[in-house]
Amino acid sequence: MLEDLLFNLQLVALGISNGAFYAMLSLGLAVIFGMLNVINFAHGAQFMMGAFVAWLLLTQLGIGYWPSLLLSPLIVGLVGVAMERLMIARLYKLDHLYGLLLTFGCALVIEGLFRNIFGSSGQRYSAPREFQALDLEFGDFFMPGYRVWVLIAGTTICIATWLVIEKTKVGSYLRAAVERPQLVQAFGINVPLMMTLTYGAGVALAALAGVLAAPVYSVHPAMGANFIITVFAVVVIGGMGSILGAIVTGFLLGFVQGVTDVVYSEASQTVVFVIMAIVLLTRPAGLFGRA
Amino acid sequence: MAEAMTAPRMAAAGTAMLEIRGLEAWYGESHVLHGVGLDIRQGEVVTLLGRNGAGKTSTLRAIMGLVGRRSGSIRFEGKELIAARPDLIARAGIAYCPEERGIFASLDVTENLLLPPVIAPGGLSLDEIYTLFPNLKERARSQGTKLSGGEQQMLAIARILRTGARLLLLDEPSEGLAPVIVQQIGAMIREIKQRGFTVLLVEQNFRFAQTVADRHYVMEHGKVVDMVANEDLAASMDRLHDYLGV
Ligand SMILES: Nc1ncnc2c1ncn2[C@@H]1O[C@H](COP(=O)(O)OP(=O)(O)O)[C@@H](O)[C@H]1O
Ligand SMILES: [Mg+2]
Repeated sequence: MLEDLLFNLQLVALGISNGAFYAMLSLGLAVIFGMLNVINFAHGAQFMMGAFVAWLLLTQLGIGYWPSLLLSPLIVGLVGVAMERLMIARLYKLDHLYGLLLTFGCALVIEGLFRNIFGSSGQRYSAPREFQALDLEFGDFFMPGYRVWVLIAGTTICIATWLVIEKTKVGSYLRAAVERPQLVQAFGINVPLMMTLTYGAGVALAALAGVLAAPVYSVHPAMGANFIITVFAVVVIGGMGSILGAIVTGFLLGFVQGVTDVVYSEASQTVVFVIMAIVLLTRPAGLFGRA
Repeated sequence: MAEAMTAPRMAAAGTAMLEIRGLEAWYGESHVLHGVGLDIRQGEVVTLLGRNGAGKTSTLRAIMGLVGRRSGSIRFEGKELIAARPDLIARAGIAYCPEERGIFASLDVTENLLLPPVIAPGGLSLDEIYTLFPNLKERARSQGTKLSGGEQQMLAIARILRTGARLLLLDEPSEGLAPVIVQQIGAMIREIKQRGFTVLLVEQNFRFAQTVADRHYVMEHGKVVDMVANEDLAASMDRLHDYLGV
């Protein structure tokens, strides 16, 4: 009885730690959507790039996990900056459907490129041994130390991003520019540059999640595509563009998936979409969105 | 009215601070300004009068670079701004207070107040702002859009007094406000004139305009069609009534 309970708790805990990935990814999407009005379909590919860059840094240059946590988001973020300047920025005057199509196309190209170069089988990327110190084990409850770390890191990253947006000067520029970009620019702020940097930051956030994910899932070209479908459901449930909504919904749905895994594990992958359908029917703007 | 009488006469001044010639502007395909010309000298308060749809707001937006396309010439302190981006126009020393006030709902009062970056020395300090607008201090933590209409207007003007901008573009600050508040706004405009700011003020209410301004330009159909010095206003009433349809 107790053993069952502990085992079930373990599934729920794993669910919440998946939720940390959902939260980080949907947070990046929300930031980008708020500022650029672009639904960034390349987010999954950028997450995958984050994991791959970490793997490449390790295998090609011998650069380990900790430096990669910084370097990979920086590198992939710069790729994002280039994408925004060269392509996405040209579409702001058009309907945001075009931004969606463009980033979707970019995702396909990026994934295709990585598949061509690295093949579709997964690459192993091991977490540093020191995470074993964080292993949580009582009886049948076992949570690997790395999963504990993902939970801590993911929560910290989400809270830090939220604080930057809600409590800092830069954040006030961002919130203001989301409401009235023209007026903010007429106050002397370089809004086009802000949009570029915001996109870069959102992409870097995806890449950071990718590095965190590398030791959990194998590093392979489709890893982002698999993830991002669930993440888009999270975004729809939370409400497009809501920062807090993205974070809370991300963790919440990880938890719900974990619980479903316990109760009726066959449904654990579909439950998110069932919730999405219910939310769309009853609250189309999402749980945290403004209608 | 007494303040207006002390204003510099047209003949007394040197070159203009702002000099607009042949300004045309478009929103997409729609051509809204058809060759606007006007001058404002340092330290003046000048109004743009005209009926609804005459192009007053569009003129301010064109000066700030906020229209789709524009041509002609806008010289500010000797610098040509017709091709400049809005943020660079702001940094040249022009600040804009839009007709809809543009208070941000996701920012509190203090954040709204501190949002526009300081672009040059010479702006009001925060203490001076709070002395002029005590309500803004009391409501510092309120959401910007929870303020009353008058308070929002005060906030919208206060935030551009801090920045060191020398020319202020104010779009109908008296619109939709109770007479008491309109009087306060009038007093405030005279106060900022005292402090050396130059103001281009859009108004429909020329009774209000004449209490604050040195000169008045009249717009019709996207052009400036007339100019009246404030001291000649009484003598020009019939003409103005025709223009403004009041
Ligand atoms: N965003 C816009 N798009 C197209 N036409 C506009 C826009 N804003 C204003 N106009 C048109 O430009 C003309 C001038 O408007 P405006 O400058 O707002 O006048 P005013 O401020 O004097 O009332 C009007 O005919 C108006 O319909
Ligand atoms: Mg107007």
